Amino acid sequence: MSKTSNINRVDGFAKVTGSATYSAEYKTDGVVYACLVGSTIAKGRIKTIDTKKAEWAPGVLAVISHLNVDKPSGYEKAKDPHNFGQPLQVFKDDTVLYYDQPIAMVIADTFERMQYAATLIKAEYIKEEHITDLQKAKVKEKKVETDKGDDYHRGVPDNYKNAAVVLEEEYTIPTEVHNPMELANIIAKWEGNKPTVFTKTQGVEGTRKSIGGVFGIPPEDVSVNSEYLGGAFGMGLHTWPYEIAALIGAKKLNRPVKLVLHREQMFTNVGFRPYTIQKMGLGATKEGKLTGLTHEAVAMTSSYEDFMEGTVNMSRFIYNCDNVSTRYRIVKLDTCTPIWMRGPGEATGSFALESAMDELAHKLDMDPIEFRKLNYAEKDLEQNKPWSSKYLLDCYEGGMERIGWKNRKNKPGSVKEGEWLVGYGMGTGTFGCYRSPTSVKAKFLADGNLVLQCSVNDMGPGTATMMTAIGAEITGLPSENVIIQMGRSGLAKGPTQGGSATTSSVGSAVHDSCNLLVSKVLGLAGATSTFKGTPITDLTFANGVISSAKDASKTVSLASLISSNKPEDFEVENTSKGNEEMKKYSIYSFSVHFVKVLVNPNLGKIRLAHVVSCADIGTVINQKTSAGQMYGGAVGGIGMGLMEALEIDHRFGRPINNNFADYHVPVNADIEKQEVFFVNKKDPISNPMGTKGLGETALVGMAPAIANAVFNATGKRVRDLPITLDKILEPSVANA
Amino acid sequence: MKNFQIIKALSSGSAVSSIAKENSAMFIAGGTNLVDLMKKNVVAPDKLVDITALDLKKIEFLTAKTSIGALAKNSQVAEDKAIIEKHPLLAMALAAGASQQIRHMATVGGNMLQRTRCSYFYNTDMPCNKRVPKSGCGAIGGSNRMHAIFGASDSCIAVHPSDMCVALAALDATVLVEGPKGKREIKFTEFHRLPGNTPEKDNTLQNKELITSVEIPNNNFTKNVHYLKVRDRSSYAFALISVAAALDIQNNTINDVRLAMGGVAHKPWRLTEAEEFLKGKTISETIFRQAADLAMKGARGYGDNDFKLTLGPNAIVEALTIASSK
Repeated sequence: MSKTSNINRVDGFAKVTGSATYSAEYKTDGVVYACLVGSTIAKGRIKTIDTKKAEWAPGVLAVISHLNVDKPSGYEKAKDPHNFGQPLQVFKDDTVLYYDQPIAMVIADTFERMQYAATLIKAEYIKEEHITDLQKAKVKEKKVETDKGDDYHRGVPDNYKNAAVVLEEEYTIPTEVHNPMELANIIAKWEGNKPTVFTKTQGVEGTRKSIGGVFGIPPEDVSVNSEYLGGAFGMGLHTWPYEIAALIGAKKLNRPVKLVLHREQMFTNVGFRPYTIQKMGLGATKEGKLTGLTHEAVAMTSSYEDFMEGTVNMSRFIYNCDNVSTRYRIVKLDTCTPIWMRGPGEATGSFALESAMDELAHKLDMDPIEFRKLNYAEKDLEQNKPWSSKYLLDCYEGGMERIGWKNRKNKPGSVKEGEWLVGYGMGTGTFGCYRSPTSVKAKFLADGNLVLQCSVNDMGPGTATMMTAIGAEITGLPSENVIIQMGRSGLAKGPTQGGSATTSSVGSAVHDSCNLLVSKVLGLAGATSTFKGTPITDLTFANGVISSAKDASKTVSLASLISSNKPEDFEVENTSKGNEEMKKYSIYSFSVHFVKVLVNPNLGKIRLAHVVSCADIGTVINQKTSAGQMYGGAVGGIGMGLMEALEIDHRFGRPINNNFADYHVPVNADIEKQEVFFVNKKDPISNPMGTKGLGETALVGMAPAIANAVFNATGKRVRDLPITLDKILEPSVANA
Repeated sequence: MKNFQIIKALSSGSAVSSIAKENSAMFIAGGTNLVDLMKKNVVAPDKLVDITALDLKKIEFLTAKTSIGALAKNSQVAEDKAIIEKHPLLAMALAAGASQQIRHMATVGGNMLQRTRCSYFYNTDMPCNKRVPKSGCGAIGGSNRMHAIFGASDSCIAVHPSDMCVALAALDATVLVEGPKGKREIKFTEFHRLPGNTPEKDNTLQNKELITSVEIPNNNFTKNVHYLKVRDRSSYAFALISVAAALDIQNNTINDVRLAMGGVAHKPWRLTEAEEFLKGKTISETIFRQAADLAMKGARGYGDNDFKLTLGPNAIVEALTIASSK
């Protein structure tokens, strides 16, 4: 992938100049404006809802609540309501299941009139006691009733307790919110019984299915457009009540309805990373060989959906340990359902596991990397399979050199720069390489340009750029001659974007379809008089010209070939899947984050002096977009480590910091020096390009790297994220 | 938000008279706080009087004092070369506040009048005595990491969020105002007030008075000054605690000193007892620590903000140490 490995983001110009059209920006004739009014209690029933004033306000076209809604037919047919994938049925009845749950929708002719009318709606409630505090409710933990919810044991259960050196600690992470810059938004309209939506989703095909399910229509009748996303980080993996509400409104009025959530609603209505309490038990010999590892997690979910994620999974395979136990439990709280947030469970799990590994290394008085190397897994003991490829050691080595690991001392607080305490820390990340069946249509236009079509969309990693690079590489065309059409239904069916699987799935499909298209072209060229007698294997195709490898004077242009054949001869739509060989291997990406912190213990101030993130992601298709993803993932991990926490006032069951002034994410000034690098060695098994996936593992392992560095600097071990300054503040001399 | 009228005033007199008769009318300048409050329905004026056309933007250096117009932009003051030279503490405090974009919009008068950032004040579904008198205080017994350790009451533990005001309180500034009853002057340290039983009142402005300028008397605090802001991230975050420290040092002896804290009270918190203690003393970490302990007398925490009792004195020592070593 040499020629195309550094092309610019193909949609970069459209994005930075504002010409890229996001869902709510589609010009739609006759569009009207809707917003949702939320409940002001966390649990109970709506006693009365007064919508009269709003209905009479200027410009208001409709006010919809449970009292007057035309319920979608799918509400009745819904499956077990506790299965994940069965979101809240908006306006179904008078039940309130969480704070800010939509209880009414106002639709008006202008945005301003809609906003004003919404303030006129008043509801009275019959309150019930709510529970939003996982710490208090954790006694109500239960298993998730699917295969994935089962406990895992390898060897002797909880064998860590029998070890010479034992570590047993509890770690917590708070609720964190995705909150991409682009708000959740939709334009919905109907033609007869066929809806069309422009919406923020990570999965065009998945959204068709879920909307079809709610309204009792076949997915094929649902048109979904979602070409550009201003970030999503996982919140686009569900079809949320606001989307269904807009469709209900559009159907009632028979007009296009636009609904954009307020920023505050982004904190309450579209999922979050769940508050999770984890217990780690690690046991080792005095020499540092792991003999037992137990990882338990208790995470929150909503009262109506059993959400779970891979929090404990990494502990099953990342180290060479014969005795591993993992348990995962959920607790139902009166909130919206959580949803995977970048890195998802693995990011949560790595905080506990990689903090505990650091704590045990400290107990053993070992260098944390030497300790990890001593327990390096040569194969995947969970699946009992060899790795398809694993260059984790390269990540350790490269990171150690760049961060200056040799300056680290095992004893906390023993390195200083001026008045600042210096600490070094690292954390390992990993994420599975998934590949789902994906179709891509590849075709040449009469002008010789290559068009690649797929319904997959791009929440930011550079999917279109990746498709362009692979298409250009295989067809030998300059990347400027590749046209990408994506992000809408009706195109060849692509996957949901999530789980770091897009390049593996869509890239493979581009690869396969383009190869088939090139074969077709060579076949047609071979039949021309120019190449009479030339074997097809001697033909090459580059820059829009077919030539003979043996006789350079013989050439046929693609344009002339197209003009003398039918257009459909230059089209291929192919579905690409994994093969049997893949099943013999365990395929994972790996990453390591290194952090150097400077700490002023008197003020609790932590400076990120240097951050290095390294990853083994197989082949790097594009250096620029991959580096961008890695920087972004690392910054997300820094937010998780140092700042992010949705604070809930449990007396009211409401978030306190539901805005960007109070919910902190890192700013440029927080990170003094940041670098990323990739091992960039092809995986022989994963897919034709040899890629392994990056988006998730870019974040996994950063939070513990920071916690470990803070410990190395100060001797303070923070086990509850985020590491805010109050947690490491030294009492003053006078107060001591 | 609801519909409202907006008119543009062309003189301070007409601004005051156009607002005087209407209960829910308000002045608007940069609007960096007021527009947010209106969008969130925390305040809902029927009428706004846009004062941005008034001739109140000048920074003037007079014989005995510096006069800063109420409509001077925060960035304009922070970047003014003569301000940086004569009142570096003020320039530092301004630069520590908000973001460059907000500083370009926000005015000096508006900065003084910004409301607290207490979440319960902003969320209209929550109790807040400052927003709705007698509705209760959500922050007491609730989420109060940002809140006051000095001068709070059972009605309100909110803090004033400004950085600029902490420096102006330290520098003995005076506020000039004009109202229906004429012009008057207010000492800066008496401009903001403690909540008591009437936390809905942030300051001592009388009904419909307009801030026209702020005056800073000449001083010798041109070198050994520091504004220390401790916050949850390096930019665009309100102070958990800030310290404005200004020292006039001769031969290692403190000739004069000013100390004030932000993020600790309903008003910029001047540390006069610590100032008196430091005057005439020889610089040392020991006396800084003693001054800090004096400054913390009477401080109390409310749970989430207990760490400020530790952070406070440490921050005072840090600010004095940095200021004295310049």
